[in-house]
Parts: sequence; C-alpha cells; structure tokens
Amino acid sequence: MRHTLAVLVENNPGVLARVAGLFSRRGFNIDSLAVGRTENPDVSRMTIVVEGDDRILEQVTKQLHKLIDVIKISDISPEEYVDRELVIIKVHSDPARRGEIMQVADIFRARIVDLGRKTITLECTGNNGKINAFEESLRPYGIKELVRTGKIAMLRGLRFTSVNGQKDDD
Amino acid sequence: MEMTVAQALIRCLEMEGVEVIFGYPGGAILPVYDALCKMGSIKHILARHEQGAVHAADAYSRVTGHVGVVMATSGPGATNLVTGIANAYMDSVPLVVITGQVPTSQVGTDAFQEVDITGITLPITKHNYLVKDAGKLPTVVKNAFHIASTGRPGPVLIDLPRDVATETIKLDYPDSVSLRGYKPTYKGHPTKVKEAAQMMMKAERPVIYAGGGILNSGATGELLELAEMLSAPVTNTLMGLSSFPGDHPLFLGMLGLHGTRYANLAVTKCDLLIALGARFDDRVTSKISSFAPDAGVVHVDIDPAEIGKNVQVHVPIVGDVRQVLQALLPNINKKDRSEWLEQIQNWKEQYPMGYARDGMLKPQAVIEAICRHTRGEAVVATDVGQHQMWVAQFYRFKHPGKLISSGGLGTMGFGLPATVGAQVGRPDSLVVLITGDGSLQMTLQELATVVEQKLPIKIFVLNNNCLGMVRQLQEFYCERRYIATEFSFVPDFVTMAKAYGIAGYTIKSHSELDRLLPEILSNPDAVMVNCLVDPQENVSPMVMAGQGIDQAIDC
Ligand SMILES: Cc1ncc(C[n+]2csc(CCOP(=O)(O)OP(=O)(O)O)c2C)c(N)n1
Repeated sequence: MRHTLAVLVENNPGVLARVAGLFSRRGFNIDSLAVGRTENPDVSRMTIVVEGDDRILEQVTKQLHKLIDVIKISDISPEEYVDRELVIIKVHSDPARRGEIMQVADIFRARIVDLGRKTITLECTGNNGKINAFEESLRPYGIKELVRTGKIAMLRGLRFTSVNGQKDDD
Repeated sequence: MEMTVAQALIRCLEMEGVEVIFGYPGGAILPVYDALCKMGSIKHILARHEQGAVHAADAYSRVTGHVGVVMATSGPGATNLVTGIANAYMDSVPLVVITGQVPTSQVGTDAFQEVDITGITLPITKHNYLVKDAGKLPTVVKNAFHIASTGRPGPVLIDLPRDVATETIKLDYPDSVSLRGYKPTYKGHPTKVKEAAQMMMKAERPVIYAGGGILNSGATGELLELAEMLSAPVTNTLMGLSSFPGDHPLFLGMLGLHGTRYANLAVTKCDLLIALGARFDDRVTSKISSFAPDAGVVHVDIDPAEIGKNVQVHVPIVGDVRQVLQALLPNINKKDRSEWLEQIQNWKEQYPMGYARDGMLKPQAVIEAICRHTRGEAVVATDVGQHQMWVAQFYRFKHPGKLISSGGLGTMGFGLPATVGAQVGRPDSLVVLITGDGSLQMTLQELATVVEQKLPIKIFVLNNNCLGMVRQLQEFYCERRYIATEFSFVPDFVTMAKAYGIAGYTIKSHSELDRLLPEILSNPDAVMVNCLVDPQENVSPMVMAGQGIDQAIDC
C-alpha cells in the first residue's frame, strides 16, 4: 500500500541527506519525495510517498522519529487531503500536429508554456493519476523531456499539520 | 567572557563535568589541543591510534556511566575513529566525538586531510554537527552531551573547522536544551504497564530476557526484585551480562547462538517472554519463527523503533526500563512457580555447561580460574571470538557493569584499548583483559598507552594459534577447509611484553595456572599472560544458521 507522509523537519543543512540516507540504508522504498520551506522559515516540509505494509510504515515512522532534525511525522493517507503534482513535458510537435496536442492539453487543463520550432512544452498539475494519464496521452507524439515535482499534499478543512498542532480539530 | 572557540569548547567540556579526554592530535585539531594545554583543567590520555582512543572512551563511559569524550584530527584521524564510533553506536554507548576539520573556506575542495566525516558517520552516530558558525559552538556542545546521554544513548560527533576554532566568541553556555524533534519517553504508559503486570501474574512459564538496557538504566535492583517476585528465570544477552548475579538460582546464563541449552529451552517453552532493554538481535533469536513460539511478549525499551522491529509484541512499553519496572512492581504479587522452576532445574542438570578437562590447557578452564581467583568481581574486558563467548559462558559476574565487550559490532581489537578506558575510569578496580591471539594483534599498539599511563591491567591471551571463531565456522560450514585462519607465525607475547617493560608469563597447564594466578593478579603493574590453550577447542553449544535456538548442537 502507498502512504503519504507529511514530515516536518528542521531547516538544517544535511537534513535531506539524513532522511534520504535512512530510507536507502534501511531498504525502504521511496515513491516520491518533495521538499520545500513552510510558513516558518526554520521548518521545511517533506512529502514522502512510501510503499509498504503497516509494519514497514511503522518502522519508517519510528526510524524517522529517531532523527534529531525530524520534528513531526503524520501519515495523512487515511484522512481527506488535497494532493498535487506538477509536471512539465516537452513533446515533439510538427506544426501539423499542434492542434491535436493542444486538444489533449485542453482535456487535462494543462497549459502551454513554450513553443519551439519542433517542440511544444506543457505544464499540468493534478493528482498522481491525472498526471500519469496526461503523460500517457502525450507519449504517442514523442516525449523529448519530462520533469515531475513529486507529490505534495495537505489535509482538507480545519485539520492541519504544523509544528504546534498536528492534525488539530478546531 | 571573550575567548576563542577552542577555549570555549574546553570550557564547555569542563562545565559538562568532563575529567578525561582520550585522543590523538594533528593539524586541524591543533587549536583545540592548544586550548587544552593552556587551560590545563582536563586530563588527556594519548592513545597510539585513534581507534584506540575511541574504544578507550567507550569503555570509560561503560564503567563510569559518564559521557566518554574523544578527540582526533581531520582526515585520517577522523576515519580512524569510524570503527569505534560504529561500535559505540551499536552498543548504545554515549560518546562525544570531536574532530578537527579543514578551514571552512577549504571544505568541499578535497583539501589536504579533508574527509566528509559528518557524511561518513551519518548512519553510525545518533546525531552529528559541522560547526560553521562560531557563535553556535556552545549550543552544539550542550546539545551533543544531551543527545548522547539521554534516551537511548549513543555517539554524537562535532566536526570543528580549524578557522572556526580560532574565532573569538563570548561564551554563554546554555543551561538547557531546546530540541523540538527530540523528546525521549521515560515513563511507561500506565495502561500498558498494568496490562504487562496482569500478563505476568497470569503466566505459568515466564522468562525474563534482559539486555544492556538494564545496565544503562541502572535497573539491576528492580530486575532482581521482579525475578524473585515472579519466580521467573532470567537469561541475559551478551550486553546484559552482569546485570543479574551469575550465581543466582534463577539465572540461566546467556541465550542465543552460543547460549546455554537451558536458557534456549526455557525461552522456547515459555508462555511469556519479558524482554527488558533488549532488541531481539539475530544472534539471540536465530530462526525468528522458532523463537519463543508459544509466548506472549512484553517488550520494554527506551527506543520505540526497537519495539516490533524483529518480533511481534503483545504489550509494547516505551520507556526507561528502571522507571517502567518501578511502576510495574507494585502491581504484582509474589508468585510461586515450582513446577516451571523444577522443569528449568531438570534442564540445568540434563544439559550442564561444561567441557572436557583432558590433557591440554582448556580456554574455558582459564576463564573459570580467573573467575575463581577474582571472586567474579573483576572488570573483565574481552575482544571478539571464541574467548569472548567463553567469558560469557564461564565468568560468573557478581556485580553489574563489569563486562566490557563489543556486542553489536563484534569488533576485534576492542579489548586492549577498552582496558585503558576501564582502568582510567576505575583506577581502584582490578581490570582484566581476556583476548585472543588474533584480536590482540589488531590494536596491540595500545600497550604503549598502558605502560605510559601506568595502568596495572592483567592481559590473558587465550593463544590458540588461530582465528579460533572463524576456524570453528570453517569446521562446521566449510567441511574443515581451513583458509586464512591458522597462523603460521604468532609473536612471542612474553618477549614482546618485555620490550614494553611488562612482566610476562607463559602458561601451559592447569596446575601452572592455579599456582601462578595469585601472583599475577596481585602484581601492582601490568602483566601479560600467554595461555597456550588447546587449539581444537570449540565454543559449544552452537546453533547453526537458520535453526531454532532449541536445536543447538554440541561441538
Ligand atoms: C575487525 C574484525 N575483523 C574480523 C572479524 C571476524 N572475526 C570474528 S571472530 C574472529 C577470530 C578471532 O580470533 P582471536 O582473536 O584469536 O580469538 P579466538 O576466536 O581464537 O578466541 C574473526 C576474524 C571481526 N569480528 N572483527
């Protein structure tokens, strides 16, 4: 099963190496990892998607907790949450096929961000499933380059994950 | 007060109550040594190799309960520490390791004697710091001591670039730490503690499986009380040995790969396994599905990640073993379990620990004799191999914290430097090293430290002319195809000792052993005793790979 973890960490140098190293060292598989600053400049937030059963998830969580720089870990998978990923795809496109590609973009609410002589570059956000479908739809045209951010996620409504109030209900 | 970072570092160490630093100097750590010299408040023990220094600090910590402090220079000095840091990490020993680093402007440039020691030690430290900002040094030191010594103890490394060490700061040593990501749990959850007590009262065949956590938390008194209240036999891990009196009728000795048959049988047949400060290491459990197959499991440990890691646990309790037992004891009543104890007694009689006392000097006999002559009260350091297992099997420790051995990492070469730290930490105790001819040669250089520091340690080499433990493995797993385990040259340890000005003895027989031991042990200086033991002797019983611990073979 896939779990989405929201991990708050001290914004210290080396913290990414500590977290990533732990996963590889202990043989846990990371599906995706996205990291960036939060509303608090001292704190970074990692969204980590891990594959594994409950036992593995428990070990991942406990081992992460042992890192001094890890402040808080929440498995948000069982909750209602919003998740997004951003992809930028550069596809091969002869002027003759532009229309077709633009139609695909339309369907996925993707945006065209660059046009070259023989290429077209699109950006799209959405959940994992949508991004995968978008990628598949463009594959026949010839994907030249593709970059994905990895998933970021946030709980819905009044529940939140922060340093002082993990999944608080108002 | 304004001072250099190096001076501030020494001042901080003073404020942490550090009395001794084990170390080895070099260029990048020069300012710190200079500050140490100028301030003159902390004793420095110069090892002959950084690995020696770190093992000494490790053993010093084990015997005193204080954080061990070790210092080395950048590059090769730092990498020479790595084995010792890993050793301390595996055995949960609190260390603060200070390494010099090239100046910040050169960090990352492959400068002379630069290694990324924080990167290298990431998986073998509890935490580590590269101090780039001089003003942060006091907080870093405060945090380092706090992290090393609280929760599940472990080593913390501080890497200090040379230019930072010479900057000037105003020392303001914090008196508390604020680490929002680090809050160890000490008190067990009351509901779980009650549940555990109920299980203990209900069980018919309980066994207590006690590890190093008992010694770390100082829970030996509580362990004894629990065992006697429950009439539950106690088995120890290697790290837990000496936490329960070796001559107590409830004592089963060590369990696991080379454990006693009665300990392994008791665990296999028990209906409740009470794991206290132990971590179900593979050398204990062997085939995990056959380990305590019919038992409910209560697991008390300070490290939540250990609970449920290797076996399924019925009552998990995260907390300090001592505090948990203190909360638990009032919830249990004295219970008579004569049937179970009778069964245990039968196993003890049926499968006694022994060895053939024929012809040649037997290594086990050497250990039994040392135990007799020291009344089970010596501080015993070991190296790694057969001799280590024989110490575990045949030295009956009377008092806690007296066995100093490399458990988790199994580091050959740990022993001799460990005696340095142990004797420095306990100047009035009798410190004995029991080592093998292989292990001793791994860190032999520390003999110079022993002499220089006038440490009256007693070194017993169980000399079997080979790497006995691996020879034994080759006998059983490789159809006696011996390769790289039999020495065709072993130095004469007695002559060698002479070069260091140390008295030496060679012992070939049981009668010599008994005759000479009083003289050896009462010698006011260091002594080297070369015991020429039967090279064919094996550690028995032994559980073969993949077998349950009740399937041990005699060998
Ligand atoms: C640093 C290190 N290298 C290799 C080993 C593997 N090893 C385990 S026991 C052993 C033999 C130890 O020989 P010795 O010290 O003579 O003790 P004996 O087994 O003969 O009592 C070896 C090589 C180890 N534990 N540590």
